[in-house]
Amino acid sequence: MSGYGEEFQKLIEAVEASRPARVEMAKRGEAFPALTMTQREEWLGKYHPDYKDEGRRAVKVGPNEGQVFPEEVSELLESKSILSDLKIDLSKPDYETDLLVIGAGGAGTAAALAASDQGLKVLVSTKLRHGDSNTVMAEGGIQGADQEGDSPYFHYLDVIGGGHFTNDPALVGAMTNDAPIIIDWLERMGMMFDKFPDGRMKVRHGGGTSRKRMHSAGDMTGAEIMRVVRDEARNRTDTIDILEFSPAVELLTDDNGDVTGAVLYNLETKEYYVVRAKSVLISSGGFGRLHIQGFPTTNHYGATADGIIMAYRAGAALQDLDSTQYHPTGVVYPEQNVGLLITEKVRGLGAQLVNIDGEQFCFPLEPRDVESACVIRECLDIEKGIVTPTGRPGVWLDSPMIDILHGEGTVRKELPAKYIQFKRYGIDISKQPMLIYPTLHYQNGGIKIGADAATSVPGLFGAGEVAGGVHGRNRLMGNSLLDVLVFGRRAGLAAAEHAGKTKGDGKLTLGHVTEFEKSLKDAGIKKPTVGPIILPDYTPDHVKSRQWC
Amino acid sequence: MAAKKKTKVVPLSVGDKTIPPEGAKMIPIYVMGKRYIIPETLTLMKAIEYVGYKYTRGCGCRGGICGACGTFYRFEGDYKLRTGLACQTVAEENMIIAQLPFFPSNRPNYDLENQKGTPHEELRALYPEVFKCVGCGTCTRTCPMDIDVMDYVALMKRGDLRGAAQKSFDCVMCGLCASRCPAQISQFTAAMYVRRVTGKKIFPKAEHLTNRVEEINTGKYAKMHKELAEKGKEELKELYVKREREPDMSEQGKWLPEDKENL
Ligand SMILES: Cc1cc2nc3c(=O)[nH]c(=O)nc-3n(C[C@H](O)[C@H](O)[C@H](O)COP(=O)(O)OP(=O)(O)OC[C@H]3O[C@@H](n4cnc5c(N)ncnc54)[C@H](O)[C@@H]3O)c2cc1C
Ligand code: SF4
Ligand code: SF4
Ligand code: FES
Repeated sequence: MSGYGEEFQKLIEAVEASRPARVEMAKRGEAFPALTMTQREEWLGKYHPDYKDEGRRAVKVGPNEGQVFPEEVSELLESKSILSDLKIDLSKPDYETDLLVIGAGGAGTAAALAASDQGLKVLVSTKLRHGDSNTVMAEGGIQGADQEGDSPYFHYLDVIGGGHFTNDPALVGAMTNDAPIIIDWLERMGMMFDKFPDGRMKVRHGGGTSRKRMHSAGDMTGAEIMRVVRDEARNRTDTIDILEFSPAVELLTDDNGDVTGAVLYNLETKEYYVVRAKSVLISSGGFGRLHIQGFPTTNHYGATADGIIMAYRAGAALQDLDSTQYHPTGVVYPEQNVGLLITEKVRGLGAQLVNIDGEQFCFPLEPRDVESACVIRECLDIEKGIVTPTGRPGVWLDSPMIDILHGEGTVRKELPAKYIQFKRYGIDISKQPMLIYPTLHYQNGGIKIGADAATSVPGLFGAGEVAGGVHGRNRLMGNSLLDVLVFGRRAGLAAAEHAGKTKGDGKLTLGHVTEFEKSLKDAGIKKPTVGPIILPDYTPDHVKSRQWC
Repeated sequence: MAAKKKTKVVPLSVGDKTIPPEGAKMIPIYVMGKRYIIPETLTLMKAIEYVGYKYTRGCGCRGGICGACGTFYRFEGDYKLRTGLACQTVAEENMIIAQLPFFPSNRPNYDLENQKGTPHEELRALYPEVFKCVGCGTCTRTCPMDIDVMDYVALMKRGDLRGAAQKSFDCVMCGLCASRCPAQISQFTAAMYVRRVTGKKIFPKAEHLTNRVEEINTGKYAKMHKELAEKGKEELKELYVKREREPDMSEQGKWLPEDKENL
């Protein structure tokens, strides 16, 4: 039985009809012409969400005033506090701690462990369960220069070249220097890395690497990292206290504007908690769930940019937040695979992108952003895309070409996980094409930090996907898992140093919020939305229009 | 109503919100016993949202790896109890579903750095209940990741911790197995301990890694980085373009670049 319904079967006939000719062309080494540099620019400008003027606008207030961000981001940067209409008693903190960690993914948990090692008391606020995060979703791997033929020097070059030399050199230096320390730390905590029998790490190349340094644990590297660091944090009940389903909704500052704590919100009982902390770390991850311009995302349920919003209000500057990684080939059918990544490898093996009429419409290995623009154009402008039963646009990725070009069984051998993920729903991707559309994958920029993870606001640290600068405007695979652990750990160590210099009797006020909301008024923003949004809303309109509150 | 006029209205699904096109086949499902009508092909998670629930618990990655969405279900008129992950299971006609957003499990603390006994002895001390497994196989039938849970429990009992670690590797820690165990075992927390002890004590340590960390601690690479940071963009570009690429088929641990400076 095929997982594609009858209607799709009919559409697939068009792909099958044009396939032999396309295969012949590919065998002759002929390819669909790539766009010229001028076309590239034109199409990117017209169709790529990062370049289009439409859907982007300058933010009117705050440290990055005047800078252009996606509409969804700008609107949230100009949002008002959840607390502004509430009476809240800040005089008696519910918790006092050395370090408050906001967001328990990889970065937050690494920070908690490092601070705990230094004897600090750590309180962890997290939105969902501990570990429900983007970290747990990473499959590919984590980089670190630990082989004899490699060194942090070459890792540095790879990272900064990959980021088109827009990265912050101090951050790149910190990350590549610490990489082996992090891998060693994970090994000592008992992470099950892929290894040779003698203990040597198995490493692979990744996009843009000059040496093999991608470490993995099966195809669930992020999940294994998260399981291990979380398990260790749970062992430290004496120093690490974890509050699940209690996200932070606002920072607290003293009269100087230094960060002294935060307000948390219990999602279940709806009550707030006031926390006083010597240091506060924001490690709340990315913003995929803002669904910039309606894109599906690979991100977890809680990736809603909360940390950025709170930090921005407190005066923290942002960097490169206008740069977003869209992956050109995210699955749109079947529904349960929506947003799922299809690696570049599939196109590398010869699969072509094909429209509803079975026509090829772009060179399959354009740079990621250009390829995304081509697909968007085909679906929304030319209207030669396919619409799924749940109303999603997409084009075909003609994976059966792979077996025809490279021999029967290549798909199963080279793409085992993807093969199974579709097979489960009755689709054999070695015989039937996949339906894809670009998907929102990674937030390139974020809060500006230094090598010690400090932000521009005293008392406030930032680490992980929420921070910007380390990858510049383009991230290479395998450096993000690394980044979150390196700067998470560094934040924990810096917080310990900071705690030594702070008494922990900081005044707790919402002064910065009052000031920020005044600036909203001054900028003529009359009806700001309320932020952070905490969770995305997927209630369909037919229910929403009838809901009472 | 003065509807906002748009030049082109395309009823496309936004993000994860589902907008079924006209003519979609509608089917009944029961969310915690209550009947709702939903369009076909949704996952249980999206079906639950479609009928109007907003998740707080029971939803995490939405991609089948975090284990937040363990679900029990039956079909009307069928005695068989089934399980799945809500984000990975397709809703079918007359499914009666209930998620298990939390289940209390047993997880004693331990200090991996200071254990006196062998890993197997420590396991027995931490999780004596594991050794009381009655071999009923319910856990294996329950696991939504198709893990042979009973088998990894058996391997633990026998002392084959490496085997148990490997067998349990795909565990997403949803807790469904533990919720059904007549011997009250928290299989997945015991497995977590077993995997860590395996990664730490049973797998040999990577010597090249230890050596590299020692080198880093001499400050050698920080110095190189400082020099790189002082270079202009053009000079960096040149170094970037010039760097030698390790061949795909190189033998690990043997291959060295021509240029051995900066290693
Ligand atoms: C599908 C996928 C595949 C990937 N593959 C790779 C890969 O192979 N290699 C690689 O290096 N990188 C990969 N990445 C990127 C990488 O996984 C992430 O960038 C990284 O793990 C982010 O870690 P983090 O700790 O910063 O954020 P997260 O892991 O997302 O953690 C943030 C945490 O903060 C919580 N939170 C959010 N808001 C609040 C709030 N207001 N209060 C309290 N808590 C809050 C969130 O719920 C979450 O638990 C991938 C990402 C995805 C989505
Ligand atoms: S072993 Fe247990 S906890 Fe792990 S995935 Fe299977 S049922 Fe869930
Ligand atoms: S359910 Fe419990 S008793 Fe039954 S096989 Fe599994 S671990 Fe053993
Ligand atoms: S939501 Fe994470 S496994 Fe389903």
